[in-house]
Amino acid sequence: MAKGNAASPRNQTDNNVVFQVRGLTKVYRMGELEVHALRGVDMELYSGELVVLLGPSGSGKSTLLNILGGLDTASGGEVSYLGISLTKAGDKELTEYRRVHVGFVFQFYNLIPSLTARENVEVVTEIASEPMRAEEALRLVGLAERLDHFPAQLSGGEQQRVAIARAISKNPKVLLCDEPTGALDSGTGIVVLEALDRVNRELGTATVIITHNVDIAAMADRVINLSDGRISQVTVNTEKKAPQDLHW
Amino acid sequence: MKALNRKVFRDLRIMRGQALAIAIVITSGMAAFVMFIGAMESLTATRDRFYRDYAFADVFVSLKRAPESLRSRIAAIPGVTVAETRVVAPVKLDIEGFPEPVTAQMISVPEHGSPLLNRLYIRSGRMPDPARDDETVVSETFAQAHGFKPGDRIGAIINGRKKNLVITGVGLSPEFVLIMRPEALSPDFKRFGILWMGRKALGKSYNMDGAFNDVVLAVQPGADTGRILTELDMILEKYGGLGAYARKDQMSNRMLSEEFRMLRRSAEIYPTIFILVAAFLLNVVISRTVSIQREQIAALKAFGYENADIAIHYAKLVILIVLLGLAGGSVLGIWLEQRMGQLYMDVYRFPSLVLRINLLTMLAATGISVLSALAGTLHAVWRAARETPAEAMRPEPPAKYRVSYLEQIGIGRWLSQPSRIILRNVERKPVRTFLSILGIAVACATMLTSGFFSDAVNYLVQVQFRVSQKEDMTVAFVEPTSRRVVYDLAGLEGVHRVEGFRQVPVRFRFGHRSYKTVIDGVEPDGRLHSQLNDKGKPVPIPSSGLLLGDYLGELLGVKPGDTVTVEVLEGNREVLQIPVTAMSKQFIGTTGTMDLSALNRLLKQGDAVSGAYLTADTNKWEELYRQFIRMPRVSGITLRTNEIRNFYDVQAKGMLFFTFVATLMACSIAVGVVYNSARIALSERSRELSSLRVLGYTRGEVSYILLGELGLLVLTAIPLGFLIGYSLCLLIAWALANDLFRIPMVLDPPTYSMAAAVVLISAVVSALIVRRKLDRLDLVEVLKTRE
Repeated sequence: MAKGNAASPRNQTDNNVVFQVRGLTKVYRMGELEVHALRGVDMELYSGELVVLLGPSGSGKSTLLNILGGLDTASGGEVSYLGISLTKAGDKELTEYRRVHVGFVFQFYNLIPSLTARENVEVVTEIASEPMRAEEALRLVGLAERLDHFPAQLSGGEQQRVAIARAISKNPKVLLCDEPTGALDSGTGIVVLEALDRVNRELGTATVIITHNVDIAAMADRVINLSDGRISQVTVNTEKKAPQDLHW
Repeated sequence: MKALNRKVFRDLRIMRGQALAIAIVITSGMAAFVMFIGAMESLTATRDRFYRDYAFADVFVSLKRAPESLRSRIAAIPGVTVAETRVVAPVKLDIEGFPEPVTAQMISVPEHGSPLLNRLYIRSGRMPDPARDDETVVSETFAQAHGFKPGDRIGAIINGRKKNLVITGVGLSPEFVLIMRPEALSPDFKRFGILWMGRKALGKSYNMDGAFNDVVLAVQPGADTGRILTELDMILEKYGGLGAYARKDQMSNRMLSEEFRMLRRSAEIYPTIFILVAAFLLNVVISRTVSIQREQIAALKAFGYENADIAIHYAKLVILIVLLGLAGGSVLGIWLEQRMGQLYMDVYRFPSLVLRINLLTMLAATGISVLSALAGTLHAVWRAARETPAEAMRPEPPAKYRVSYLEQIGIGRWLSQPSRIILRNVERKPVRTFLSILGIAVACATMLTSGFFSDAVNYLVQVQFRVSQKEDMTVAFVEPTSRRVVYDLAGLEGVHRVEGFRQVPVRFRFGHRSYKTVIDGVEPDGRLHSQLNDKGKPVPIPSSGLLLGDYLGELLGVKPGDTVTVEVLEGNREVLQIPVTAMSKQFIGTTGTMDLSALNRLLKQGDAVSGAYLTADTNKWEELYRQFIRMPRVSGITLRTNEIRNFYDVQAKGMLFFTFVATLMACSIAVGVVYNSARIALSERSRELSSLRVLGYTRGEVSYILLGELGLLVLTAIPLGFLIGYSLCLLIAWALANDLFRIPMVLDPPTYSMAAAVVLISAVVSALIVRRKLDRLDLVEVLKTRE
């Protein structure tokens, strides 16, 4: 693992920048109190790379991810996606952006309990512009056999893999994962990470994984450390580890 | 205040929208209860006081003529405490500036002062002076309709002779709380009144000097009224007695009793519906609150609170909501009760309204409501209290779902995922879904019942006045007259068509059942006045035998082909056996019909008529009734247009009020159920909906899932509501049927549309409120937390 301060890793040029973030700040008002979640973040995300965002709770990593995903708006600074400003977009544009370009994976899966695995994926493919087939997405995460099971009939790891299948089924440019293994034991967590890794490799989807689990960083192309609302360190992994070689 | 009690108020604040919606349902129920029960109790108390203080008689009978000496024989009937003889005369009135025919019933009052029975309450002025023969007291409704005051003069044609009378007073009698011309559909205060006059003066004018033609009795409490009626009939048989009847069959009292019966039924039906709906809503809301607060409950128990504390805590929340509703309902109810009382006082006249607010009844209603609400929430509260702290701190297992039945039968292919979500949610909690649908359906049904009365009245008017009775006016004669009079009438200028009829008072007997009414003899080829079948088409008059009204048939248990015994109550008082050949559909009255000639043959009285139906040029009407008023043989004239107008006038006010109240109630139920369903659905599924928003679903698309489900419930509920409403109307029609009138089972399309519209509008308003909350979903927050 080589450490450096470069925000741009090897082989990346301006042509394949997915996200460009400049001077991003976010202030929450909680009653009388102002919480500075982000205090000026600059970064790029390039197509095809897998980035792990590391940081303790309160470091601002979820806020950053939410703004990248169009779930939250910035207080200052600029975020552009493929050259289009997200910071100036309204609710309608953000909805459209999420609908077409971004795949989300959450800590608690957020599946629709009343829909089967296949249908949970179809929820997305039905509104996407160029989706893959739901069965195909589920095959990619190793759930080809559990298409017609309801969430209540699936284990936590399986539910999270359905969530990944749902996220990738629209063929998104970026996949944003917020603590995807946070609710899982390590064995199950690794199966989920394998699925994410495979998607990243086979589909070339730029992937951002938020975690406070340092061990997961080893599978990333780049590791961005956040603390106190700022990027404290960026590390480029010269040698990525396969998820099955991780343990915690 | 204890911390836990403070939590009750905080929780109430958080769920204020839902609590308010439920409280409004309870308010409506309580208001309906207080209004109906209160109006009934107030009017009952008012009536009882009037009856007692003004000595309402127990037994009534009319006869042709009997000498005053017969009174002592009547008074000697065992059980009779007071027997008072009277002279009652039909009169035509001549009122300046009012050209239409006006008739009245003139009743004698004793010379020595007030009558012993059915005493007069003098609202203004004084009783007639016994020394004078031209003084009269008029009934209040009649005086008000014409603006008469003591000192005004009217002309009365008594027994064919015109007499100028001075009004000395305006009065009320327990005998005429409701004043209606016999056989009229509704009161006509302008064209029919009661006049009281000294016995001597009236007796002289009506050829009843030293004689009487009407008796009223008071009987000992607990006396066998049936036996007294029989003995009275026997005594009066020779004197042309028309059949004695008890208080319960007295017209004014009957109508009043029917009203009370209707109020009591309403007080039973409507509040029950509301309390049940409220209990269901409380169940849903409290269940949801408990499941949201699982962890809080666990923490409280971990701190050492007992199960009972937890249960009482939630029970307090329920009781608070119920009491809120009840308080509002009591206030609204008392206000409505007063309005309703006043509405009744327009038609039913008492000296003054005794307003009763029965705190005990209200307290009982409160107790019942609180208990029903607690029963409705028992399960949820118990579930809250029962769980061990550790168990409660763990998240609830994910909800179990299954493929819906509709999809299993193959419709699934056509459905989008959001539609599937809707269907599966609806099917997952079938009981709750069903009760929600039922709740909304009840709102729809309530609206139908409110529209039902006006539809029925419209239909009745249509059938009665445009198909069955086509005559412009009806002329009644003082006594049966030769049929030649028909030709005399037909010769009058402007008259198009005249058809004579004969009305004979009779008592029908079949087996052990009997019923006192009239037989109408009509011209078989008559076109003006016909009996109808259930399709609304005229039934041909049989050449011999009886055409019986369907309700009379039911009362007597008679079918076509049976032979009934007919006791004629006038003339030679024949007892006849007449076969029933056909039945007709009768909504108003309970009579038999025969061929006029056949009837006259049976009575062996030659060719006689007791009245005539006629049509005439509209612009000749006024002149015609001026002539009729002068004809000594004509005792009364009625105009069809007046009858229709009165019928509407009297019904309209009451109906408007009832529709207003029912609409209020229906809206409160519809909003209560729809809004709460939507809020619960939002609370249960906000996480799911936020997830979909995150995945790129628009606000509209997410709203579809939530509001689509509501829409589905509402659209299912409306036809069910139609069904329930129809059945409820059938029940009402059946429950209110009596021998005076039957309500036809008619619901017009606009009534259905109106009911559906009220439900839909309530639903849309509720949906809009929830939609606003839906638009403000916090996308980030919901992803961070486990449910």
